[in-house]
Amino acid sequence: MRQIAIYGKGGIGKSTTTQNLTAGLGEMGKQVMIVGCDPKADSTRLVLGGLAQKSVLDTLREEGEEIELENIMKSGVFGIRCVESGGPEPGVGCAGRGIITSINMLESLGAYTEDLDYVFYDVLGDVVCGGFAMPIREGKAQEIYIVASGELMALYAANNISKGILKFANSGGCRLGGIICNSRKVDGERELLEAFADELGSQLIYFVPRDNLVQRAEINKKTVIEFAPDEPQAEAYRGLAKAISENKMFVVPKPMDQDRLEELMMKYGFLGL
Amino acid sequence: MWDYTPPEIIPRNGIVINPAKTCQPIGAMYAALGVHRCLPHSHGSQGCCSYHRMHLSRHFRDPIAASTSSFTEGAAVFGGGANLKTALKNVFAIYNPDIIAVHTTCLSETIGDDIQVYINQAQVPPGKAVIYANTPSYVGSHVTGFSNMVKGMVKGLSVNNNHPNGKVNIIPGFVNPGDMREIKRMLKAMEVRFIMFPDTSGVLDAPLTGKYEMYPAGGTKIEELIDAGNSTVTLALGSFASEDAAQELRKKAKVRPLILRNPIGIRATDNFLMAVSRATGQEISAELEEERGQVIDVMVDLHDQYQDKKVAVFGDPDIVIALTSFLLELGMVPNYVLTGTPSEAFAKEVEQMLDEAGIKGRVKAGGDLFTLHQWIKEAPVDLLMGTSYGKYIAKAENIPLVRVGFPILDRGVHSYLPIVGYKGALRLIEMISNALLDKQDREAADEDFELIL
Repeated sequence: MRQIAIYGKGGIGKSTTTQNLTAGLGEMGKQVMIVGCDPKADSTRLVLGGLAQKSVLDTLREEGEEIELENIMKSGVFGIRCVESGGPEPGVGCAGRGIITSINMLESLGAYTEDLDYVFYDVLGDVVCGGFAMPIREGKAQEIYIVASGELMALYAANNISKGILKFANSGGCRLGGIICNSRKVDGERELLEAFADELGSQLIYFVPRDNLVQRAEINKKTVIEFAPDEPQAEAYRGLAKAISENKMFVVPKPMDQDRLEELMMKYGFLGL
Repeated sequence: MWDYTPPEIIPRNGIVINPAKTCQPIGAMYAALGVHRCLPHSHGSQGCCSYHRMHLSRHFRDPIAASTSSFTEGAAVFGGGANLKTALKNVFAIYNPDIIAVHTTCLSETIGDDIQVYINQAQVPPGKAVIYANTPSYVGSHVTGFSNMVKGMVKGLSVNNNHPNGKVNIIPGFVNPGDMREIKRMLKAMEVRFIMFPDTSGVLDAPLTGKYEMYPAGGTKIEELIDAGNSTVTLALGSFASEDAAQELRKKAKVRPLILRNPIGIRATDNFLMAVSRATGQEISAELEEERGQVIDVMVDLHDQYQDKKVAVFGDPDIVIALTSFLLELGMVPNYVLTGTPSEAFAKEVEQMLDEAGIKGRVKAGGDLFTLHQWIKEAPVDLLMGTSYGKYIAKAENIPLVRVGFPILDRGVHSYLPIVGYKGALRLIEMISNALLDKQDREAADEDFELIL
């Protein structure tokens, strides 16, 4: 079983990328589980065809501590198993603790079955506190992919996340598997991300091109592979799934300082100007 | 003045009145004290540690030593890593335990401190050990905390190094040192070689010698905890307090787990001794058979005093399940059975026992004493069995209270004497029948007051 955590700047397309990627793996016949670790609980919408899932924390809130696995895990397209941690309403409580609770609960309910090939943790934004680092702590996700684009703030966040990985790599054993580019069609994007990944000691594992089809599939509550299986974008996600399933490069990242990051940006980002 | 509980039962959500449970770390701290030369360490603010030590001190009437990470506002924001690392360094340097058992608190759990990583990064002197358990009190109860720490002992120490030791592992559950002593006595009577953990006998019932020992002579040795991975079988007494550790031993070291009820009463003690006998090939000794016969004799002598009496039982799930079973053996009617620890399995197990005995009772897990009091107001019972917290109901309703379980804060000696084994059964019968007869004598009209009962 490969356990994989997906991190990246807020709004970069982690959930979209994760779901389309897992659809690719599911289509290949792999057994996949997605654990949404975002209080917004929107990590499994495309796989399930809508926000059909009651989150672990909502279930806990309404039904008390005695929960059965079927209450919190639903099966979606390609048999992908979906769990949403959920969280408190905005402005109250502790979302990090919610994630700890959810993952512990999945473990005790026996959600991690032997037949699983992949478990994906879709984690919100940065590693802001101990709770959001839960998926990369001891014995859990060993592989991490960061979704980024050619925008400075996305790379800034990716670099910050690498600092978190570095901390846990020394003790917990998690490794960076690569950077996934979710293209924003900015200048020199591929080159910039290749250079960025290289600087981290990692790789640009896949370049997902920008295509409005992704939006259309989202409006229809479907993954691209399900919505338009013959379009080039579906092929792109299949390519991403293949790249991840065949990936052998796992490193402890070398995060850079702010000046170096901006230097890279100047060198590649503004080539066209 | 203690009778303010209204008789009518109104559905209640989000409020617990007079809880029948306490914090996870209390159980974790108690379990840790059952390891020889171990200092429990509370990873949180000072108040948690003080309260937990005090509560244990009041039950055992012995000093409880424990250290704390002393969180302040800074730790709440930045995480408790620096505090824990400093604490481990200082505690080993100043108090020199052989092992530190770290448990978390609600605050460190909410921060999300990764204790294993902090321990890996800490400077632990050679030859010393650190184990840990996550113990958020907003999950489960003190029994969960106990279970987590015992599991932490296995996780942190036990190893199968392919040298079978031919021993039996015994996890006694959340019981008093007097009970642990009695379990060991029974095993010794059968000449069984065993590793018992945790073992608070000789620690929390240590004699007063005039010289303060921070680490008394008792407790499971670290070598024994390591060697537990080489044992033939693990007997876990009480599924709530002991099963997790036994399962962890199976996963980690392939030691076969056997989950039994706490040996309270005839049947559970029989089952325990027979399981030991089957696992080891050792015969149940004549000494133990004699003790069993004594209990039967006493039951015959006294049954008319307690037969058919209605009992309300509350406390920790393992103890309450085993006690309920014993009360049924005695021919008593345990028609109210309640634990504060949340669990669906508890209700199922007790309901099945009551069903088989043809008793229509009320059973509740995650309940509180307010509920129990209301049940009693609805239809009274003859006897209440549980912790000291039952004394308010006992006074309000004029029901005798037999004190069993944890905590008992208003009587002494209880922690030195067993409720497990045949000796424990004898003691329970004595307590039950005396409580009933004392009330009868106290309230007897002059013409009914008898010398011989």
